[in-house]
Amino acid sequence: MVAPITKGRSFYLAFITWWLVWTIIHIWVLREYEISLVQSVADAFTSNFLLACFCLLVVNNMKYYLPRNERYWYILIISLVLSSLYLFLVRTILKFWFKEDDIYLNLLRQSFYIRYVTGFLMIGCMSMISLLWYTLLEQQENEQRKEEAEKISKDAELLKLRQQLQPHFLFNSLNSISALAGTQPEKARHMIQQLSDFLRGTLKKEEHQQVSLQEEIHHLQLYLDIEKVRFGHRLQTNLEIDEQAANMQIPVLLLQPVVENAIKFGLYDTTEEVLISIKADGSKSDMLEITIKNPYDPATTIATQGTGFGLASITRRLYLLYARQDLIRTSKTDKLFTTNIFIPQFNHETNHH
Amino acid sequence: MKLIIIDDEPLARSIVKEYLQAYPDIELVQECRDGFEGVKAIQQHQPDLVILDIQMPKINGFEMLELIENPPAVIFATAFEEFAIKAFEAHAIDYLLKPFSKERFIKAIDKWRSTEKQLQHSRTSELLDTISTTLQQQNRIVLKDNGKIKIIPTAQVQYFEAADDYVKIHTADGVFLKNKTMQFFEQKMDPLQFIRIHRSYMVNVHLISRIDPYEKEGHLAILSIGIRLPVSKSGYTRLKMALGI
Repeated sequence: MVAPITKGRSFYLAFITWWLVWTIIHIWVLREYEISLVQSVADAFTSNFLLACFCLLVVNNMKYYLPRNERYWYILIISLVLSSLYLFLVRTILKFWFKEDDIYLNLLRQSFYIRYVTGFLMIGCMSMISLLWYTLLEQQENEQRKEEAEKISKDAELLKLRQQLQPHFLFNSLNSISALAGTQPEKARHMIQQLSDFLRGTLKKEEHQQVSLQEEIHHLQLYLDIEKVRFGHRLQTNLEIDEQAANMQIPVLLLQPVVENAIKFGLYDTTEEVLISIKADGSKSDMLEITIKNPYDPATTIATQGTGFGLASITRRLYLLYARQDLIRTSKTDKLFTTNIFIPQFNHETNHH
Repeated sequence: MKLIIIDDEPLARSIVKEYLQAYPDIELVQECRDGFEGVKAIQQHQPDLVILDIQMPKINGFEMLELIENPPAVIFATAFEEFAIKAFEAHAIDYLLKPFSKERFIKAIDKWRSTEKQLQHSRTSELLDTISTTLQQQNRIVLKDNGKIKIIPTAQVQYFEAADDYVKIHTADGVFLKNKTMQFFEQKMDPLQFIRIHRSYMVNVHLISRIDPYEKEGHLAILSIGIRLPVSKSGYTRLKMALGI
């Protein structure tokens, strides 16, 4: 939430001072036209009070609705409409008060245009200031969110290396390699290669934020292959990536923790064979949909939910990147746990931006 | 000498097998892929030594040991069990951090052989007691029901009732027994969820619908499932604290 321009006492202090000064000038000008003091004061206060109210209205309105593309038209129209309304009210009130005084009414009539222009300028300036103010704040907020997103993804990489998958995954993989080295040295060498490629992939992806799904899947495949060596026939995977989806963009290292979570869930929540299926659907050009399914045991699953770090961090990351909470969904059917992830796609123009 | 390996990863089992070739007098009677097979195999073969992994499907290594009445000597083989290392150092016969070398394995076997039989068994029990208190609160209970292994999420427990050497665990699906003490569950359960209201009762606070005075000084807790449980004086104090009244 951006801080409103009206926040704090200093705004109101300046605002009231400004209008008082303006009111005094107003009185002085009217006195120059030899209008009585009572009439001058009444006129000045009524006019400026109304105008001040309208300005406040515009400022507060902008808090909730900030015009985008049509912003200059919006300011022009709102200034015209509000200043007309203001003039109408002032004239009605003042005419009613001093209906017997012809000199005053005459002056009121003559000053129509100058009053209109003053009102228009005041409201116009006020809306311009608040528009700039809120746009600036919004930009600052965007910048902040972007920075935070960058930081989180970096932290996620580090976390990834440190605690999340690494200790168990890494040590158990090394243990498998050690076992293979005795009996099947060729396989051991192959697994070392896979593990190295996987770790390198985790390390180097620091700078560029987005990769194609194809690249992400390639990285994921390395991980899955290593897990398959560890768990043997118990772990089966099924990948279905359609052609459009393969070329779509995805934040780097987003998918792997989700799949890791699915494998953990599947392998440690059941004793049978585990099929992890990953499907990517690119039929909608503005949204990549990835569906991950793993088996689970509905009777005991609440007991293992504590390990959901994977999903919580992904939800957070997606929010920071896209400012949306609805990009990850989970559902349970019978013995299948489904995770749906939606990645908004942008055209190249906005991508460069 | 009979030995059993319990590990869910085939290659982790095979490396132990390979190292065991140095010991012709140790017979590998069975390899198990999870705790369920492990419980059965241990009961059937009564092994002299078990090489046990911790992280396994459904029930972990500690939960499996809890299900065995007179647990055998155990050497743990694990990749990364930060929380358990201290307990291992204090109470386990030995533990192997994966990946481990043949020399390290031989050292562990030697250590086991030089430990007296009596001490081996008491060490395993000691370790289990320590683990159950140091381990972060459990959100499930693993027990044996008519020879079958049952996992009960703690949210489904209505109340615990002391019964001689056992504790009765009351759930919507029925009553289950586990040969542990009330203190064991008091330490293991979330203290915000389960309150010891009486020497013989510990109740799930989410189910309490009313507390009525009963006789002099005593109270009765009335559960939403229609059960009435006695509340002792000290139990009432604990209950008031937990409910913030």
